[in-house]
Amino acid sequence: MSSSVPSVGDRIVHKAFPSISRHRLALYCGASGDHNPIHVDIDFAKAAGFPDVFAHGMLVMGYLGQALTDAVVPSRIRSFSTRFAAITQLGAALTCEGTVTELIEQGGEKRAKLALTAKDQNGEIKLAGEAIIAL
Amino acid sequence: MVDQSAVGREFTPVTARVEPGRLRFFLDTLGERNPVFREGPAAPVPPTYLFCLEMMDAPDPFEFLTALGIDLARVLHGEQRFDYHAPVVVGDTLTFRPRVSSVTDKKGGAMTLIVVETAVTNQAGVHVADTSRTIVVRNARPS
Repeated sequence: MSSSVPSVGDRIVHKAFPSISRHRLALYCGASGDHNPIHVDIDFAKAAGFPDVFAHGMLVMGYLGQALTDAVVPSRIRSFSTRFAAITQLGAALTCEGTVTELIEQGGEKRAKLALTAKDQNGEIKLAGEAIIAL
Repeated sequence: MVDQSAVGREFTPVTARVEPGRLRFFLDTLGERNPVFREGPAAPVPPTYLFCLEMMDAPDPFEFLTALGIDLARVLHGEQRFDYHAPVVVGDTLTFRPRVSSVTDKKGGAMTLIVVETAVTNQAGVHVADTSRTIVVRNARPS
């Protein structure tokens, strides 16, 4: 990001991901240390009132983070936050995007604020978030 | 139901080492091919990985739920925030210190939002990050 300063309205983050399989959820369970059975054990999920297992919110945030670090080197990210707006179902194929909403001076450096979203193949927003990056 | 008496409650600190093999498993799981995360001994960690490290090395990753009497099956992740103050790289040993910062009832008590804030320091005592997670508890309806 150091070579070119973005403008408000620029969409600098954009990445599409393959659809989320049961296998992916099982791998993420092990890889993340989040062993909550609601994401991998359909019996547990049904007993909890859900029709099936569903994706870890943090898996989706991991994809959003990946889209972000494709555009911004990790050392320039000052904060990264999301609201988990809706449950991400099995089979969801996510598209993650980020648009510059504000250029600011903070902590003695020039920074940009990004609005981030993760949407499924139907355009439903699963995560809505924000990142602040150093320029 | 969790009430205001939980605010300020602290849980057992967790110490976690950023191990390259475990990190590689995480990167492969997310299909992450960005070389920046695989460039050797002092590679940075992905932006959400702090959340994983805390859970992986906690003796009881759901301690705060047990301690507050919350059923795991009634919990959803509402919000997550990371504030990064200094680099975290492969080989670091991090200490996570979680505490409850707020408890808020929603929808007439049908849901309770619990915010757990965690300060993260490294092996040199540098305060590298703060994380904040909001847990949504779907409370049982009184019958």
